[in-house]
Amino acid sequence: MDLYEMGNYDVIVVGAGHAGCEAALAPARMGLKTLMLSITLEAVAMMPCNPSIGGTGKGHLVREIDALGGEMGVNIDKTFLQSRMLNTAKGPAVHSLRAQADKRRYHEEMKKTIERTPNLDLKQAEVVDIIVEDGRVGGIVTRTGAVYRSRTVIIATGTFLAGKIFIGESSFMSGPNGMAPSLQLSENLKKHGIPLRRFKTGTPARVKASSIDYSRMQVQHGDEPTVPFSFMNESPGENQIDCWLTYTNEKTHEIIRDNFERSALFTGEIVGTGPRYCPSIETKIARFPDRKRHQLFIEPEGLSTEEMYIQGMSSSLPEDVQRDFYHSIAGLEKAEIMRPAYAIEYDCINPLDLKTSLESRIIENLFFAGQTNGSSGYEEAAAQGIMAGINAAQKVKGEEPFVLDRSEAYIGVLIDDLVTKGTNEPYRMMTSRAEYRLTLRQDNACDRLTEKSYKIGLATEERYQRWLQIKSDTEKEMKRLKDTKIKPEIVNPFLASLGSAEVNESVSLAELLRRPEVNYDNLAEIDTDRPDISYHSKVQAAVNIKYEGYIKKQMRQIEKFKRLENRKIPADIDYMSLEGIRNEAKEKLEARRPDSVGQASRISGVSPADINVLLIYLERMKYAGKSSENSGDNSDE
Amino acid sequence: MYDTIAAAATAAGEAGIGVIRISGPDSFKILTDVFRYKSGKKLTDPDPRRMIYGYISDGSRIIDEAMVVYMKAPHTYTGEDVVEIQCHGSPVTLRQILSLVLERGAGPADRGEFTKRAFLNGRIDLSQAEAVIDVVRARSQAGSAAAVSQLSGRLSSRISSIRHEMADLVSEIAVRIEYPDEDLEEMGNGDIISAIDRIHGEIKAMADTASTGRVFRDGCRIALAGRPNTGKSSLMNALLREERAIVTDIPGTTRDTIEEYADLGGIPVKITDTAGIRESGDQIERIGIEKSRGAIDSSDIVILMLDSSGDLMEEDREVISMIGERRCIAVLNKSDLPRKLDPAGILAETGLAESTPVVEISAINGDGIKDLIEEIKKIVYGGQVSMSQDIMVADARHEELMKESMKSLSDAKNMLSHGEALDFAESDIRSAWMTLGEITGESVNDDIVNEIFSRFCLGK
Repeated sequence: MDLYEMGNYDVIVVGAGHAGCEAALAPARMGLKTLMLSITLEAVAMMPCNPSIGGTGKGHLVREIDALGGEMGVNIDKTFLQSRMLNTAKGPAVHSLRAQADKRRYHEEMKKTIERTPNLDLKQAEVVDIIVEDGRVGGIVTRTGAVYRSRTVIIATGTFLAGKIFIGESSFMSGPNGMAPSLQLSENLKKHGIPLRRFKTGTPARVKASSIDYSRMQVQHGDEPTVPFSFMNESPGENQIDCWLTYTNEKTHEIIRDNFERSALFTGEIVGTGPRYCPSIETKIARFPDRKRHQLFIEPEGLSTEEMYIQGMSSSLPEDVQRDFYHSIAGLEKAEIMRPAYAIEYDCINPLDLKTSLESRIIENLFFAGQTNGSSGYEEAAAQGIMAGINAAQKVKGEEPFVLDRSEAYIGVLIDDLVTKGTNEPYRMMTSRAEYRLTLRQDNACDRLTEKSYKIGLATEERYQRWLQIKSDTEKEMKRLKDTKIKPEIVNPFLASLGSAEVNESVSLAELLRRPEVNYDNLAEIDTDRPDISYHSKVQAAVNIKYEGYIKKQMRQIEKFKRLENRKIPADIDYMSLEGIRNEAKEKLEARRPDSVGQASRISGVSPADINVLLIYLERMKYAGKSSENSGDNSDE
Repeated sequence: MYDTIAAAATAAGEAGIGVIRISGPDSFKILTDVFRYKSGKKLTDPDPRRMIYGYISDGSRIIDEAMVVYMKAPHTYTGEDVVEIQCHGSPVTLRQILSLVLERGAGPADRGEFTKRAFLNGRIDLSQAEAVIDVVRARSQAGSAAAVSQLSGRLSSRISSIRHEMADLVSEIAVRIEYPDEDLEEMGNGDIISAIDRIHGEIKAMADTASTGRVFRDGCRIALAGRPNTGKSSLMNALLREERAIVTDIPGTTRDTIEEYADLGGIPVKITDTAGIRESGDQIERIGIEKSRGAIDSSDIVILMLDSSGDLMEEDREVISMIGERRCIAVLNKSDLPRKLDPAGILAETGLAESTPVVEISAINGDGIKDLIEEIKKIVYGGQVSMSQDIMVADARHEELMKESMKSLSDAKNMLSHGEALDFAESDIRSAWMTLGEITGESVNDDIVNEIFSRFCLGK
């Protein structure tokens, strides 16, 4: 087939899912000519699995993406149907916002934003190859022979890459939701020397709303008032739907157990590795035979559809078995399955082949983001998308990579985990993975990231000004809380009503707030003269004061962490020549080539003693230049 | 890596003076915190490199008289601010002062860390770099070698098991946080607090051995007993020569017993050479004999010295009666001379327990010394002496890490008993877990995530 030239770009993004959208918007907003390609434009910001954004760890990622000037938070605020703040009783660091999305509207609004973004072209095309010259990527080739040249390429193909769907004994090559898979690109990436592996994930059935008996289920309402994801918003609006809870039972389990041999998961058909935290129902029953029931969560997919998502029931059993076990569940006795549950296997890269900028170590100027890096989840994908987008732009501009470390953002934890430790299953963000989560809260994401993003030209002037306002209001509010003293006659009845010890002297609002029984909301009773400031400022001020001691303690831990993190390793270091480092560690270091001593210390197989030796060599290199003035000057002892 | 660190710069054991060295940016601050002039006044603006006389106090109690000196960066051994505190050399005093200094903000120095810092700060000539790397390397090798030895192996397996309990607890809490919607059977705050109490108690029991235990501090106590001229002093010298690990050489408080510290095949020992025991009407000798008897009574192992070139004498039997039921090794010395005592029959002849090891040596030419050390090791590692039945915390650094770990657990408990945020409490337990892991070198965060997945049934 003859190839033909179709244009030149700074950045080309392959894929339009949650990673692709952020990966394309970021460089376009930074002023670079960007092209975004998708096998079908219906797949733009598609949510092929659950209809929600956020949750534990993930909500943090969305706030960070927003603080950097990404779109996910803004888009879900526009299209949410129900919003809940999870973990409110478990401490401010793990408060996690989650919103049910109207899937169709989420897709439409994101597509609209992309279409209206200057410097960004959105085209439907299947990319079948990348152009590589002298170890550097130079563009892509589409199935129809079109060649688009570019300085950088970002691959964000998600589950499309050599996607294969399994339903019972049947399997077929397919992208998610019955969309066309991307078959040739996979082969060509291998040809260019990019090793690929197989991961697997799954999704439950969609059931028709009018066939569900809600009277047999528990209702779950949203929170009032609702809370925005985006720092740009104050309130996203009203909840519009309810969700429902129900449970599997012994009968369900029996049906599933009787049909184990018909599940593709157990027949050996599926070779890809699936996620432990998101197992299919048959895996749960096989692994935890003692559990009498499993919880299911019924979520509407949108206002314009009757499809309901049955969370907790992903499966690769045949449709007749699916029908039978769904019907064994309270409220789903007559459920009409509209889309069957399926498992999907896909090609992904090994993230150890990436730098912290998400650029490939194998081919220069080629970046990877999202599920194709071995992660799972919309939010994890979007987080990598925005970082890959920023770094592609930085590369084109000849600027330094934009890297967040583990003490700065969940995004930093996510990417460091992937590219330093690697993953053997689809990776999910969890708050437990973040060592410094007391300071990496969702309420202060803008404080951590907006200025950094503004400096590299991504966060807009409007967002920057908004942050400055939030910041100064937060500081003022903290000062007010510390300075405002309340007399015992006003405080004591309030404290008595909470069962908290009374006081003899005037006490500041800040001191009251530090008491376990008191929070910013109930304090309003005696703090009647509050300023009219942003929701975001109030939350931050309250947390900063209430947990000041803990936050300071964590800041000290971070300082310690930063010392190793800031010790950069020269790019040309020859690990094999360093005596005293064990061979296993040498090989690992040589293969990964970490940026910093901190990163080196997290590579599995590198021991603290190896790190000590490495430090000594680094110092020796530093002093080698001035050895003459130092030698002989060591006799003061 | 540039925190302020401290350690005893002089080796363990009784000595005339002991030196605590502090290095790092907070050295001077810590000094002013713990030092008072004789007059009780605080140190304000001392001349660097000048010895100052006063005392070390924890604020309420004087610990010891001391000479201190403050040296300003960069012209010091490490290239950082350095303080040295010279005090009396008793292990107890040194430990108390070191604890105080650690309490006031210094971190415990790793072995070789002062030298490493000296190197990192460019204070050591480049040609010495390889030597420094060797030190660091050797330390880790010694560490792993020590891990297989039974004594420290027991410590690390104990720590591993406590850490496992902590990981369980953290994952119990973490799963509540990560999966708020799941219908899991959850631990209540009360359950978490009692788990914390239990773990805290376990660490405390271990840390307490640092002050009550003695194996690594004083060493396994070995008494050399025997009538005069059986070669006790020669054996002492031979043992010390063998290992070349003598740290001090100080006569005891009387002229009658001599104590030496040595490292015999990895076992720190305190060897007491008792005065030759013979019945005597002489008052001074009588005191010497009493002391010898005391040394035998307080020893972990008695080495009974017999002269194989002579007959068994009444005085030998006196010594044997003093040993009684104590764990003992019968040593037939002077194997270089014609033999009169038969090693095979000696136990029957002396009435010593049948399990008593018998070793033939020549203290003069060194024959058999290795065998003797092997026998000592067998007894220590075989758990036949009381000290090896407990886990002993050897290292000030370990002790400090345990204390830090306990502190974090207390913080967590405090948080929870006030009904405060679970996430903060969890982060305290997690840091206790990380801190304890520094002792054994296993602090990998992924453990907890894996724990969650292996124990709970989760997922959307």
